[in-house]
Amino acid sequence: MRILNASGCLDALAAPEVARQLDAFVTKTVTPLPREGNAPPRIAETSHGMLNAIGLANPGRERFLAENLPELRELGIPLWVSVGGFCAGDYAEMCARLDGVEAIELNLSCPNVDEAADSAAEIVAACRQTTALPLYAKLSAAHPDLAEVARAVAAAGAEGLSLINTLRATALDERLQPVLARGSGGLSGPVLKPVALHAVSVCSEATGLPIVGMGGIQTGRDALEFAACGAREIALGTVLFGDPGAPARVRAELAVACADSGVATPEDARTLAKSPETERKVPA
Amino acid sequence: MQNLASPSRLSVLGSERVGPYTMLRLERGDLEPGVPGQFFMLEAPGRLLPRPFSLCLAPPGELAFLVDAIGPGTEALCRLRVGDEIGVLGPLGHGYRLEVERPLLVGGGIGIAPLPYLAEQLGGSPPAILGFRNAEYAEAAALLPGAEVVIDPVLVTELIEPGFDVLACGPEPMLHAVAALCPTAQLAWEAPMACGYGACYGCVVEIDGALKRLCLEGPVLDGVRVGSQAEAVAVA
Repeated sequence: MRILNASGCLDALAAPEVARQLDAFVTKTVTPLPREGNAPPRIAETSHGMLNAIGLANPGRERFLAENLPELRELGIPLWVSVGGFCAGDYAEMCARLDGVEAIELNLSCPNVDEAADSAAEIVAACRQTTALPLYAKLSAAHPDLAEVARAVAAAGAEGLSLINTLRATALDERLQPVLARGSGGLSGPVLKPVALHAVSVCSEATGLPIVGMGGIQTGRDALEFAACGAREIALGTVLFGDPGAPARVRAELAVACADSGVATPEDARTLAKSPETERKVPA
Repeated sequence: MQNLASPSRLSVLGSERVGPYTMLRLERGDLEPGVPGQFFMLEAPGRLLPRPFSLCLAPPGELAFLVDAIGPGTEALCRLRVGDEIGVLGPLGHGYRLEVERPLLVGGGIGIAPLPYLAEQLGGSPPAILGFRNAEYAEAAALLPGAEVVIDPVLVTELIEPGFDVLACGPEPMLHAVAALCPTAQLAWEAPMACGYGACYGCVVEIDGALKRLCLEGPVLDGVRVGSQAEAVAVA
């Protein structure tokens, strides 16, 4: 089971020694034009989680391709590029210009910017026309019928799913005012794990696609639970903030967690979870 | 900057009151004290995110941090007892440039935190001006013997004379006032920070007209580089 970072939770150029602990690095979402992001305050701690409203701060497509991507390649680790936009054409154009990366993650669910006008499936279909690279659709668990969205993006040509993005949320200060300047932000951290496990399980059942599971993973045991729900890979997000050694630590803990659970590999945890004796315990 | 890995587990050696603040003394472990004005991320027991602190004192074998209990994280740090362990990451960011001819240290409130270690590294007892909101807070001035102390409504800027290389830390309005008076002052800023190493993008402030991460650019910056809060909001 490979360990990635959640998009936007690590700057590989600022912290290469953290990125090198990963099996692949996922960039912060790149949009067609540069974005400075939202005004501060942008982050807030909550019970068992945190909010962020960074707002897709990024250098924009042209500078990313000309400056950042070549620098990232020098790190010598597989790269996933997270692509964002405001219509299907935005996404498709960026996909057309990417090569030499392992995969493209389509950010279809950022809670901190206005949503793209086109549907997730329309965006995936448009990108499918412009690239042969693997496309992973990053979805929000906030959709009332997530399995249906997963089936639609699978039918449109997605090779895999990234589950889940943060959930839109608000925190108030002592004066009952929003802590974040934007008012709301994306909720992440351990509070998200049960939601994410369910989303992974449901989408795995619905599509059979490879899934990068993320949402509140802090330990190797957490990672194993994602594997049991059908995740092929996992990504670390908020845990990186408090522990830049988390990828190496979680990888070591995962081996121990497998042994403790009597499975040889994380992949076997899925098989165990789906076996007749334990089937009823699967959250799907 | 230390190699970024998991935080070091450091034992609490002591926790003492300094006026309304708490001096949290930790064993140094394998960490370097770094340059004054650099910061460390301290695990706040029971909380998800660590909290940033500049180093206050660096006695042999120790790292000591001045903590103001203003929320659940800092309150948890102030409740630590001798022998407890917390994770510590650092030193991080950029500290003060020490090659100055006529240093003058200026601190406001909890912003005095980096100044004792700064004074030590400057080699002796540079002049210092400290401002506090009331007499109880001003007890913390004992950390810098010989410092001039003012109490609200008197402002530190009223005592700054021309010709000094000012190194300051304090609340934002104080830093802007110092910068207006001394454009070359070195100022240590503060911002909410989840990681301290450029990963979270949470700590941006307006630097040179654009929102930039304070943890990577600072926290010590030259005075004229930082826009006022009003401007920072207008930019975004």
